[in-house]
Amino acid sequence: MSAVRRVISVLVENESSVLSRISGLFAGRGYNIETLTVAPIPDSNRSHITIATKGDAKTLEQITKQLHKLVPVYKVIEHNEMVEKEMVLIKFPIEQNLADIQVLCGAYNGGIVNVGEEMIIGMVADEPSRVKHFVEASKRYHPIEVVRGGVVAIER
Amino acid sequence: MKMSGAQMVCEALIAEGVKTVFGYPGGAIMNVYDEIYKQDGFEHILNRHEQASVHAADGYARASGEVGVAMVTSGPGFTNAVTGLATAYMDSIPMVVISGQVPLSLIGTDGFQEIDAIGISRPCTKHNFLVRELSDLPRILKEAFHIARSGRPGPVLVDIPKDITAEIGEFVYPDSVNIPSYSPTLKGNKRQIEKAIEAIVKAKKPLIYIGGGAVLSNASDLVREFAEITKIPAVETLMARGVMGAKNPLLLGMLGMHGNYASNMAMSETDLIISFGARFDDRVTGKLSEFAKYAKVIHIDIDPANIGKLVNVDYPIVGDVSEVLEKFIAKIRGQVNAEAYNDWREVLERYDTLHPQSYEDSNEVIKPQWVIERIGESIGEEAIITSDVGQHQMWAAQHYPFDRPRQWINSGGLGTMGFGFPAALGAKKAFPNKTVINITGDGSILMNIQELVTAAEYKIPVINIILNNHFLGMVRQWQTFFYEERYSETDLSFQPNFKALTEACGGVGYDVTTKEEFDAALKDAIEKDKVAFINVQVARFENVYPMVPANGALYNMMLAPKQIEAKETK
Repeated sequence: MSAVRRVISVLVENESSVLSRISGLFAGRGYNIETLTVAPIPDSNRSHITIATKGDAKTLEQITKQLHKLVPVYKVIEHNEMVEKEMVLIKFPIEQNLADIQVLCGAYNGGIVNVGEEMIIGMVADEPSRVKHFVEASKRYHPIEVVRGGVVAIER
Repeated sequence: MKMSGAQMVCEALIAEGVKTVFGYPGGAIMNVYDEIYKQDGFEHILNRHEQASVHAADGYARASGEVGVAMVTSGPGFTNAVTGLATAYMDSIPMVVISGQVPLSLIGTDGFQEIDAIGISRPCTKHNFLVRELSDLPRILKEAFHIARSGRPGPVLVDIPKDITAEIGEFVYPDSVNIPSYSPTLKGNKRQIEKAIEAIVKAKKPLIYIGGGAVLSNASDLVREFAEITKIPAVETLMARGVMGAKNPLLLGMLGMHGNYASNMAMSETDLIISFGARFDDRVTGKLSEFAKYAKVIHIDIDPANIGKLVNVDYPIVGDVSEVLEKFIAKIRGQVNAEAYNDWREVLERYDTLHPQSYEDSNEVIKPQWVIERIGESIGEEAIITSDVGQHQMWAAQHYPFDRPRQWINSGGLGTMGFGFPAALGAKKAFPNKTVINITGDGSILMNIQELVTAAEYKIPVINIILNNHFLGMVRQWQTFFYEERYSETDLSFQPNFKALTEACGGVGYDVTTKEEFDAALKDAIEKDKVAFINVQVARFENVYPMVPANGALYNMMLAPKQIEAKETK
C-alpha cells in the first residue's frame, strides 16, 4: 500500500496533557507527523489540533480510530473537501533586493512584514504545496532563516 | 460535608463499593494512609512490593469482574507499579490505581521522589489524571471508576499531589458522570448484524473465534447458546479459556502459537470467522498473509481500533459482545441449519483424532502436563487457576479443564513473569472460599517471591505449584529449536530451597519428585489452608507442543516427536 498525505483535525478538551497524549500516541505507535498545530477554539473549553500525516490507508484508519479512543478527544475529522493553509516567515539579508522579494512574496499572496537594519522578513500564507514552492524560489535571495507554521485546515 | 482530600479518597472508594485495596505507603501518599487507618469501610492489604499490589488488584478484578484498586506512593512507588499497569492495560482489566505525588509547588523541580507519573503511564493506562485542585477530586475519582469499567475496560491512574490530600474542602460524591468526549459504542449496528447473519447462513465452514472480550463482557452463556443453536465449532484464545467449557463438544481447543492441531487447522480452513471479542494478536494469527486465507471475517469488538487493525474485516460490528450476541441469538434461530455444518465438524473431529492435544507420560519422571491434568482431576471446576508466564502457562492453558470464564487468570498480552502469585492473592481475596492455585515456573516465581510474607501475614492461603525444570523453560525451548541449543543464561540450576524459603516466611513447603508425593502434597496443602509452595521436579527438556514458530503459518505446526511418527505411519 502506498503512503498518502492526509490532514486530520482533532477537537479536544482544552486540558494540560492533551497535546502530549496525542503526540505520544503518534510516537508510540510509529505514526508519522508532518506538521502539527494547536490553538484554543474561541469562547469554548476546547482546542483545535490540525495534524498533517502520511501513511497507507490502513495506518490512516488506525490513526483516526486511536485518536478517537483518547478520552479528551471529542471529534476526529478527516478532511476531504477542505481549505488548507500554511504560513511561513523567511528572513533575508538586507543586501538582497527589496523589490524582488516584495514581488516574490506577492506572487504567493504574501508580502514583506518587517525590515530592520540587517534583515528583511517576508511572510506568505498559502496552500502547503505553494508554500514549498515559495521556499524553493526564495533560495536565490539567500535566506538566513525559514520558519514554517504547520498546516491549518477547515472543511468546506 | 467538609473533609480533607485524603478523606475524600477513602469516602469515594467506599462509595464505589471497594472492599479491598492493595498497596504500599510512602511519603507522598501518607495523608491518605492516615485516613485508611481511621476508617473501616474497606480492608487494606500491604503487599511487599508495589508491583505485587497492582497485580493483586488486577487478579481481584479478573476473578470478580469488579474494578481492582491499588495505592502507591510517588516516585519509586509509582514506577514499581508501572509493570502492573501495563499488564492490566494489555489485557483490558478494569482497575483504578491511586498514586501520591509531590506537592503541587514542587512539581517540575525534581523534588524528592518526584517522577512524571502521568507522562510515564500515558501509554499503559486507558486514561490518567493529575489532580490539580481539590474541588476536582471527587469528580475525577468518579470518572476514573467509570472509565475503568465501561467500554473496553482498562486501568486508570489518579495521581494526587500531597498538598491536595491535606487540603480541606466540601465533599459531594457525584451520582453520575458527564464526559461528553467519551461514549463507547455498545449496541452494535443492526444492519451489520443482519448482514453478518446472512453470511453465517451462507457459510459452509464457519468458525467461532472467542477472545478475552467475551470474558470481560460476561458473555459466556450467550456464546455457548449461540454455538448450541448453530452447532458451529469454536476455538478460544489464551484469554478466553473457560468461556465454552472444556466439556463442550463444540470446543476444539485453544488456537495460536501453542494451539492444538484441530484448532489451528480449523482457523486455516474456515470460510467464515465469527470473532467474539478477540483481537487477532500475532500469537494467534502467525504469519498474517497465510492466516485464514479462505475466510470472510465477522469481527465483533467494543474497540473500533481493533477492527481491521491486522486482518481485513468483511462484517465489522462495533459493540459490547453480550449486547451484540443477544441480537444475533434473537435473529438466528430458525435461520441457520445446524446440520449444514456436519461435514465440517467431521473434518475437524478427524483432525483432532489425528493429532490430539496429548503428551507422552512417564513413570520415571513427572511430566509437567501430568501435573496440570492432575490438578484438574482433583479440583477441576472448584479452583481458580492463575499462572505466570512461560511453558507452565501454556501447559496450563492446554491441559487444564477450564469450565467457566474467570477461572483462568494469566497475563496474556504483556506476558508478565511474576504476575501469578500476587494475582492469586487478589483472586483469593475476591473468592475466599475457592481454592486458588498459581501454576508457576522456577523462573517466574522468584519475580514476586516476597509475596510469601504478604500471604502469610494476611492468611491468604493460595497454593503455588512450581513446575521446576531448572530452566527458564520457554526461552530454553526457543534456544533448542532456533539457536542450536546455545542455552544462554537460561540454566536455573542454582536456585533457592523453595521448601525452606516458604517455611522461613510462614508458609508450608513441599518437595515433590514422584506422582504419589504430588497427590499427597496437594491434598495436604488444601487441608493446611496456608500459603503453600509445591516444588515439583519435572522433566527438564519437555517442550510445549504443538508450536507454530514466530511468524510462521498457523497450519505449519511443530508437533511432538511421537505425533510426527503417527503422522508418517498413516
